[in-house]
Order: sequence, then C-alpha cells, then structure tokens
Amino acid sequence: MRNRRRRGARIRPYTFTGGRTRSRHPLMVQTLVSAADANAEVPSSLLPESRRIHQMCRETRSVAEIAAELKIPLGVTQVLLSDLADQGLVYIHPTITGHSPSENQVLERALRGLERLFQ
Amino acid sequence: MDSNVSSNSSAPGRSLVSAKVVIAGGFGAGKTTLVKSVSEIPPVSTEAVMTEASREHDDLSSTPDKVTTTVAMDFGRLTLEHELIMYMFGTPGQARFWFMWDDIVRGAVGAVIVVDCRRLAECFDAIDYFETNQTVPYIVALNRFDGELPYTVDQIREALEIAPGVPIVDFDARDRNSAGGVLKELLRYTLSRKAEPVG
Repeated sequence: MRNRRRRGARIRPYTFTGGRTRSRHPLMVQTLVSAADANAEVPSSLLPESRRIHQMCRETRSVAEIAAELKIPLGVTQVLLSDLADQGLVYIHPTITGHSPSENQVLERALRGLERLFQ
Repeated sequence: MDSNVSSNSSAPGRSLVSAKVVIAGGFGAGKTTLVKSVSEIPPVSTEAVMTEASREHDDLSSTPDKVTTTVAMDFGRLTLEHELIMYMFGTPGQARFWFMWDDIVRGAVGAVIVVDCRRLAECFDAIDYFETNQTVPYIVALNRFDGELPYTVDQIREALEIAPGVPIVDFDARDRNSAGGVLKELLRYTLSRKAEPVG
C-alpha cells in the first residue's frame, strides 16, 4: 500500500525495530496482549524494551496502554510486540471490529454492559 | 485473521476480547471530557511518532528536522463485562493530524463526533473524514455544555450536511450518564446498521 521508502533522518526508536514500522500481526491500539506464560523467565536475549513489554504483559493489557506506560511510541510498541508474538512469548487476543456478523453477539453484550453501567 | 496468533487456550484470561470506539470532533469540543466522564481509568495519553506521515505530509519535506514530531492521543477504558473491554480513543483535534486517524479508526466498532454548537466549523474535518471512510458507523453528539442548544437538531443536520440516517444526539460531556448514553446510542446504531444489508 505505502511502499515508498523513507528517506532522510532516522528516528532513534525505530533502530530497535530494524527500521520496520509495520507489524505482521493484527495489532491495533485496542488489541489486548498477554504473556504466553506469565511465570516464565524473560529471555535474556531480548532487548531491554522488549523485556519491559514482556514484563507488562504478565497482566493482559492493550497495545496503547503498554505504549503509554513504557513511554514507547505506538508504532515501535506494535513492532516489538509482533516480534514477541513471533517468538511465541505473547498471546494476541481477538479484537471485535464489528465487521463480521459473528460479532453481533459480542456487540449486543457490549450494549447490555453499557446499559448496566449508565442509566 | 488469527492465523498467526499463538494458541494456548488453557491459560487464564485468554477469552478476553476488546473493542474500540473513536471519539472525534473539533479541538476543544469535549472529546477528552467525554472520555474522562465514562472511563474507569484516568484518561491516558500516548504518543505516536509522525514517521508514517513524513512520507505524505509535504510540510515536512521542507523541515527535515521535524520528523520526530509526536502526536498525543487520549484514551480511556471500560470493562463492560468480565471478559469484554471497550477502549475509547480520542482523535487529535487539529486538522493537520487527520492522517493519523486511519490508524486510530481502523477496526473501530463506531465513532462519535463531538460537536460544540458554538463552533460548528471545527467539526467539518471529522464529518468529512467519516463520510468518506464509510466503513465505521458514526453518530453526532452535540455537547451542550452549560446551557441550551442554540440550534435545533434539524438546523444542525442541515448546517453540517449530515445524512438523514445518522443519529444526532445532545448531551453534556461532563455528565457520566449523559456521556454513557452517547456510547449506548452509538452501539445501538452500529447494531441496527448491521441488521440491514449495507451496499
């Protein structure tokens, strides 16, 4: 889609990601992620940033929450999470987008939840 | 879509799913106030580096040192059920950041365009965006702040050229139930649109 190569100044955070700005996994800002094994030792081979992300994933969090908490730009967080998923270290939860009819039930549950919370 | 997702369904919390709604609108219309009113956490601000934009935004080519500009966006969270979490993302209000919206809007179940009736022109960009986008259902929420609305809903629909089917509601962004009511309206609209075939 957007294939034009970026020229000019390199942005430091993206050196963590080998210059990649797109993740291979369906990681949106609201996508929840959690550590594949919350009790596992964090592999020492990981970059410090990836280690911190993995640590945070011991509890289920959204991509945006991880980025905000660790003060890592969203795009970088997405790429690092994608790498962690490739290595089987984090689990990516399904995201409801409302585009598939099979999601209707979940949307209805969401509406009922809202009706309960707000009178 | 889930083909790459590692599977280990035995672990706890695996059935947690999330959804997102987008809170758009002009600068100062009350987007963050709405998020704050309904969120179970204090709204969080996260930053997105404008790298993608640097390819498309002509202004940057003339100011190459500016590539590290970051755009902040606010979000809040609502646990709707035990394993169902909804996030509310505010779009950056300034029109020059509209290119970021694709990333924020992608995969949203719906969007609310918050309008300050005293400054209608501020929301034109947001309305244009969602009219063009077509994939995300949106409603318009008129933030009445303290007083009464200076116009009728019909007048506003006409002034903003909003399609007849798009719901327009009025609310007070500072009031929790009023702001929550806007989210309910949005989900009802999303569900009603799914009930009929969309061309």
